[in-house]
Amino acid sequence: MNLDFLPVAKPISKLIEELNKLPGIGPKSAQRLAYHLLQAPAEKSRDLAEAILGIKENLKLCSSCLNITDRDPCSICNDETRDTTKICIVEEPIDIMPLERTKKYRGLYHVLHGVISPSDGIKPEDLHIRELLNRLSSAEVTEVILATNPNLEGEATSMYIQRLIAPLGIRITRLARGLPFGGDLEYADDITLSRALEGRQEM
Amino acid sequence: MPSRVYQTEAIVIKRNKFGEADRLLTLYTPGFGKIRAIAKGAMRPGSKLGGNVELLTYSLLMLARGRNLDIITQAQTIDNFIELKDNLELISCSFYITELIDSFTEENVEDQALFSLLLNTLRDLSTNKESARILRYFEIHLLDHLGYRPQLGKCTGCGRQLQPEVNYFSPSHGGAVCRECGYPDINARILSVNALKVLRYWQQCDNATAAKVKLNHELSKELKSAMREYIKYILEKQLKSIDWLDELNADYRK
Ligand SMILES: [Zn+2]
Ligand SMILES: [Zn+2]
Repeated sequence: MNLDFLPVAKPISKLIEELNKLPGIGPKSAQRLAYHLLQAPAEKSRDLAEAILGIKENLKLCSSCLNITDRDPCSICNDETRDTTKICIVEEPIDIMPLERTKKYRGLYHVLHGVISPSDGIKPEDLHIRELLNRLSSAEVTEVILATNPNLEGEATSMYIQRLIAPLGIRITRLARGLPFGGDLEYADDITLSRALEGRQEM
Repeated sequence: MPSRVYQTEAIVIKRNKFGEADRLLTLYTPGFGKIRAIAKGAMRPGSKLGGNVELLTYSLLMLARGRNLDIITQAQTIDNFIELKDNLELISCSFYITELIDSFTEENVEDQALFSLLLNTLRDLSTNKESARILRYFEIHLLDHLGYRPQLGKCTGCGRQLQPEVNYFSPSHGGAVCRECGYPDINARILSVNALKVLRYWQQCDNATAAKVKLNHELSKELKSAMREYIKYILEKQLKSIDWLDELNADYRK
């Protein structure tokens, strides 16, 4: 959005404009943040600016799981208490966080950095699938858990990977697909409902 | 003054990220042709839109007119082509079909017949799974419908009667050409007697009748190559979904 019309000094309108581009930050919040920063001490602004630059300069991909990290291997791959016989495949680094929060999974991860999406021109070779196959052929992995998103591209990607690794004889599992907690049966779509029925469990 | 809220059937042919949890959908509808609309919060768990506005879903939608883009307020699935979505080859075929529709159409041009062709093709793919026949039939009728009907009667180069021998298909002529006209044409593809017969037959028959033709591997390859070259020539680009389709060999089967 062009904010040249605002009756404020150019550097301020520039900052508002940049903040406004961030996810979840509307024009109002962008203004509030900009004026907050304007009044804050100079070193606070410098700390923030350095932190922002720092994520670009100091971060790299873990050479094993391709998670974003400042040390290679990353803290998860380096953790000796983790179960190295399991690898959970996710689309993006950000998907690791919610899985870690559950505290139910102690295995390793593998980040694809995308999903197959032919209409966007994203093909299997654009994803980090080769690295996965290398890991599977060398390590003592006994289970691969597919945790791509439950949408068409995510499912297609999982089906594709499943087909590639099936000959290796490793157990392949898929996160259960069903009704969201706090959801409403009435509004569930047919695919979600039929998958939830298929995945029903003893009580 | 048109009403602020309206209802339409639609097939979701494309879905792009739009902000954090919203999606920008490209829809193909019977009454308005291709339109784009926002599905707010569609990707949040428990969203009432959720799977009802997922890619390759045929739904009944309520939309509210927005300043730039219309906003989907309600969605109810009519058909989600579930058999298709459980099959990797068929998914790649449907990506190709929707990319074709998206590439060949402009927004807000009503085309009831094209909508029916798209819907029938996706239904056919879900139930019959004969992808080679279904894709070629779709291409022929899509082109026909949009004014690029392949000319298969006489030679489109010199106008002579085509002989019952191996001829060519020329993208630049938009149809079959004889040996003399086809030979110097570098984009022309060989068209056997049987391939020409099948194209002519499919051009004038309905979907159910088209299914009676059984293709062998060679014939299937030949038809694919002719139609692909023609489409590439018209669009002046290669479709993005083709590589993946080829990798899975999806349209070789049957
Ligand atoms: Zn790692
Ligand atoms: Zn001729």
